[in-house]
Amino acid sequence: MAMTMTEKIIAKHCGLESVQPGMLVMANLDMILANDITAPLAIDEFEKAEFNKVFDKEKIALIMDHFVPCKDIKSAIQVQKTKNFASKIGIKHFYDIGESGIEHAFLPEKGLVKAGDMIIGADSHTCTYGALGAFSSGVGSTDFAVAMVTGQSWFKVPKSIKFEIIGKPKKGITGKEVILYIIGKIGVEGARYCSMEFVGSGLKYLNMADRFTIANMAVEAGAKNGIFAVDKITEKYLKEHCDKEYTVEVADDDAEYYKTYTIDLSEIDYCVAFPHLPENVKTPNEWGIIPITQVVIGSCTNGRYEDMCIAAEILKGRKVAKGLKCIIIPATQDIYLKCIKNGLAEIFIKAGAIISTPTCGPCLGGHMGILADGESCVSTTNRNFIGRMGHINSKIYLASPSVAAASSILGRLATPEEV
Amino acid sequence: MFLEGKVFKFGDNVDTDVIIPARYLNTQDHKELANHCMEDIDKDFAKNVKSGDIIVGGNNFGCGSSREHAPIAIKASGVSIVIAKSFARIFYRNSINIGLAILECDMADKINADDIVSVDLDKGIITNKTQNWTTEVVPFPEFIQNIIKNNGYINSIKNSCK
Repeated sequence: MAMTMTEKIIAKHCGLESVQPGMLVMANLDMILANDITAPLAIDEFEKAEFNKVFDKEKIALIMDHFVPCKDIKSAIQVQKTKNFASKIGIKHFYDIGESGIEHAFLPEKGLVKAGDMIIGADSHTCTYGALGAFSSGVGSTDFAVAMVTGQSWFKVPKSIKFEIIGKPKKGITGKEVILYIIGKIGVEGARYCSMEFVGSGLKYLNMADRFTIANMAVEAGAKNGIFAVDKITEKYLKEHCDKEYTVEVADDDAEYYKTYTIDLSEIDYCVAFPHLPENVKTPNEWGIIPITQVVIGSCTNGRYEDMCIAAEILKGRKVAKGLKCIIIPATQDIYLKCIKNGLAEIFIKAGAIISTPTCGPCLGGHMGILADGESCVSTTNRNFIGRMGHINSKIYLASPSVAAASSILGRLATPEEV
Repeated sequence: MFLEGKVFKFGDNVDTDVIIPARYLNTQDHKELANHCMEDIDKDFAKNVKSGDIIVGGNNFGCGSSREHAPIAIKASGVSIVIAKSFARIFYRNSINIGLAILECDMADKINADDIVSVDLDKGIITNKTQNWTTEVVPFPEFIQNIIKNNGYINSIKNSCK
């Protein structure tokens, strides 16, 4: 039977010849992960059930990234609890600050996730690894706790939506514009329960950073997962980062899709999602004058080295607007070091921005840049819900690193061409 | 399983950040999470909600993060069931896993705040006692009803091993 990429990966991981949308299956997992917020709840469940061993000490990753460096006593206890658990059980991939970074940037960088894998994570942005041609989906702490023991999880095989990517993007247009454009078009529940499958001749214009950003925000359209066809760009990345064998699944020509959209990259302009939903996407002619008080460049969506380079190019030799806070957060220690070695850190500091150690921090209103009553922030993160980054009367505008950097200089929402 | 309570009504796309803001995710204490449930869209919710009450939402209820703290906060606040036109998938899965009853219902937008609603969970029958109508929805398969009766996925695994 003809299958999509997602269907092929699921079938292989539950030992079936083929699967169809709607089927309930139990699948074997290649990697499972949780962080300092979701792991403690899972550990409670694990201990409550009196489990005492895990299915595979090398297939569990516990990354301390959300409230780190620990913002208060309670969050320090959460990290301590996770660390003690990892040490007691002998979990190989426990990473605290200093050796890691934001989970969804760190795991691909270290080659812990790869094409063909079946992955779950107790974090909604686990869908990021679909950029590598993996099936990867967010779950809660209980699913993670059970998977730690059984190495399996149940799934309803999702319907697949095909995004046929064609055309060549205009100068300055990145993966962030592409995914905001798509969410603006299909809405925050446009892919609810579905797999978003990205294929087509336009993929050659999207580098891995673009693809990670796009797959990362599949959940913002309600998707179970987002997945990219593997090509030379993916294989080059995998060869550089992963020393394990990987599997490439290609969709059959006659695979069935629930819906198909054609996305012409050449038609996409700068896009910003206005408060308070990622679907409120507007192009520059609809922006008007939006004064802002803060800019955040970072997160699992846009904290990669390529994003840092885009921001540095715009901030080089310029100054952040008087009174505006510009917070730049490289997503991993490796990216942070590259920013220092290659002079980006100096550019940022001279521009009046601050550089933080890797953390999810402000994206979810944790710490490192909380907004006050009435403040507005242009952020390269992924959600602009009410109160997400602080006060319920604050506003978040989701944008790409170039728009965020340009906005930090002008003190208002701006395109890079305006600076 | 039979549930009945007063309705707290919310709109479309109620996200997990408003169900339980991340500033409270430094705890796993159910009661403490319940104290802040919904506070960014209804600051008096935690004060006014009573055991057995019902949350009714629109489309895509529970969108956003995978935090299981969201259904935990709702359940620990005393809410017996969430009824919505549709749910975001991680929230749906998490609710079942922690034993919070949850039902999709096309008629959700016809239900008003403060209505008294009763639910027969085994049969999938929702009755609006205030407006005097009844509607049927697809009930949970038995294994999911078992998870809810056992107060969560982990308990149901534990109890089935006994």
